[in-house]
Amino acid sequence: MNDSTHISTDEPVLRSRHPFVETAEMFFRNHSAVVALVVLVTIVIAAIVGPFFYPTDPFEMVWAPFSPPGAEGFLLGTDYLGRDMLSGLLHGGRVSIAIGLAAALMSVFIGITVGALAGFYRGWIEEVLMRITEFFQVLPTLLFSMVLVALFGASLPMITFAIGIVSWTAVARITRAEFLRIRELEYVTASRSSGATNAKLIFSVILPNALPPIIVQAALMVGSAILFEAGLSFLGLSDPNVASWGQIIGSNRPYILDASYTVTIPGVAIFVTVLAISLVGDGLNDALNPKLRQR
Amino acid sequence: MQDTIHHIAPDNSADAILLSVRNLTVELTTRDGVVPVIDNMSFDLKTGGNISFVGESGCGKSMTALALMGLLPQPAGRIASGQILFNNEDLAQASDARLREIRGNDISMIFQEPMTSLNPVYTIGEQIAEVLRRHRNLDRAEATAKAIELLDAVHIPSPASRINDYPHQLSGGQRQRVMIAIALACEPKILIADEPTTALDVTVQAQIFDLLTELQEKTGTAIVLITHDMGAVARMSQDIIVMYAGRKAEQGTVAQVIRQPAHPYTHGLIAAVPHLLPTITEERPELLEIPGIVPPLSQFGQNRCLFASRCNYATEQCRQQRPEEISRENQHITACWHTDSLS
Repeated sequence: MNDSTHISTDEPVLRSRHPFVETAEMFFRNHSAVVALVVLVTIVIAAIVGPFFYPTDPFEMVWAPFSPPGAEGFLLGTDYLGRDMLSGLLHGGRVSIAIGLAAALMSVFIGITVGALAGFYRGWIEEVLMRITEFFQVLPTLLFSMVLVALFGASLPMITFAIGIVSWTAVARITRAEFLRIRELEYVTASRSSGATNAKLIFSVILPNALPPIIVQAALMVGSAILFEAGLSFLGLSDPNVASWGQIIGSNRPYILDASYTVTIPGVAIFVTVLAISLVGDGLNDALNPKLRQR
Repeated sequence: MQDTIHHIAPDNSADAILLSVRNLTVELTTRDGVVPVIDNMSFDLKTGGNISFVGESGCGKSMTALALMGLLPQPAGRIASGQILFNNEDLAQASDARLREIRGNDISMIFQEPMTSLNPVYTIGEQIAEVLRRHRNLDRAEATAKAIELLDAVHIPSPASRINDYPHQLSGGQRQRVMIAIALACEPKILIADEPTTALDVTVQAQIFDLLTELQEKTGTAIVLITHDMGAVARMSQDIIVMYAGRKAEQGTVAQVIRQPAHPYTHGLIAAVPHLLPTITEERPELLEIPGIVPPLSQFGQNRCLFASRCNYATEQCRQQRPEEISRENQHITACWHTDSLS
């Protein structure tokens, strides 16, 4: 018998903290993640409330074209049509972040469903679902989304769908791997032996234990969805009626040499946002992964 | 643990047969083909009775437990033939829905590893209440109140505050107590204990056995103990089944089997138990081991004595033909060709 690894006294263990509190503590010990979180929250708040305090329509011509930042009371200047860059940044941020969140949410939803069913039921269900996952994985993602948007029109829901449908495979594979691991653990057999249904096992026994890596992946996916949207917009595949960071870069692209700030400002906004999301995701990974915790 | 033999469970209950396993054969599909991991197993369990399964790892003890619960590994395992009659209902034929009703309610199980058999993301109170809400349709408040009672019954101190603890805040022994509370929450007729103390310290082992005995006296639950600890068997059970390579090697009362083992395998298992002596002397009784290992799954089910390769008494007959189960006096059953030359 190998007893050395077990706590074996019947003394009450005094440490009594919710796992959530422990994770939060770990997260806040990671300085770069905390700074990133502050930056991210600032950006999100600016995108949500900014347009209320700065209601200038981002499509309205308010001043002479190509006014550099700071000129005539326009903090970030105007673009090639004389539209207010600051307004574009605030209104566009709202759209970019919303698309990022919605697309990530969609891929998490599809990914968890596919991965959970495959990992839990195994057998032919797993075969079929994983072949479908592989199909989507080998698809050239940008090309496929472009085709979807080009065919069905560049509306916000369609762009969100096009991004979501090509990015769920990673979540599906992570979820499946976690389910394969967890379904063999004793507490799952124990739940089964007390009469739990399959639905109960999937959603309230295995899934909560599988969540940490999925949460990390979801956080990173918001970042990559924002980048993806920017890429599509840059190629002209954006909703022409709505400003987004990528769309501003795309429309100002021809003047990149004459008025570089028109491209640089939304570019920096994307860069900072995605970087902040990545760092927060990294911090979450460290905080949620008990193996890394011990380092 | 003591060598003396206790008869603990109440014998006052009517001798009604609660569970009757008839010629159960369980097949497992492996890379080498289909093998019978349980081969023609029969036994009876009385209401409130005790029975122990012993044998080395890989003898099919745990598989027997899983078969009783309808939890054979899917899709590899299946019941090939035989019956599991529980209150005259054949569980081998029961639907999944029916089995789910029975599990945790009429038959429940505790496991070897208390460290991993509780779900780490829920409090222990939630996990006990969950079973009560599932089978007893209690609401949240009632279930929580019952959970506190149960924690008290398994002697967890200050249960009202401990229900909000997570499993990682408990010691191994306490977790096994919680597992027992979950298993006994719905007052099942049968509790299957699959090596319940293997992962625990010796002192804690004794406490857990005491607890099981105490709760059995209170609730009248029959206990199926699966173990390789002969001391635990002597302490907990009246009846014992020795399993080898998926087959019953010997069956009888604990007194019969331990005093007069009728199968060379049982003989070897008993000789391999160390005896604790009051003083350390020069000449200690020699600790015997059984040479060799349990045969690989691929050899299970062959028509010969599967223990022959490790047996001093083996003859040509043993290698040619599977020994029949012979009943000696007082239902002491053994499956050995040479049982007479043993004692």
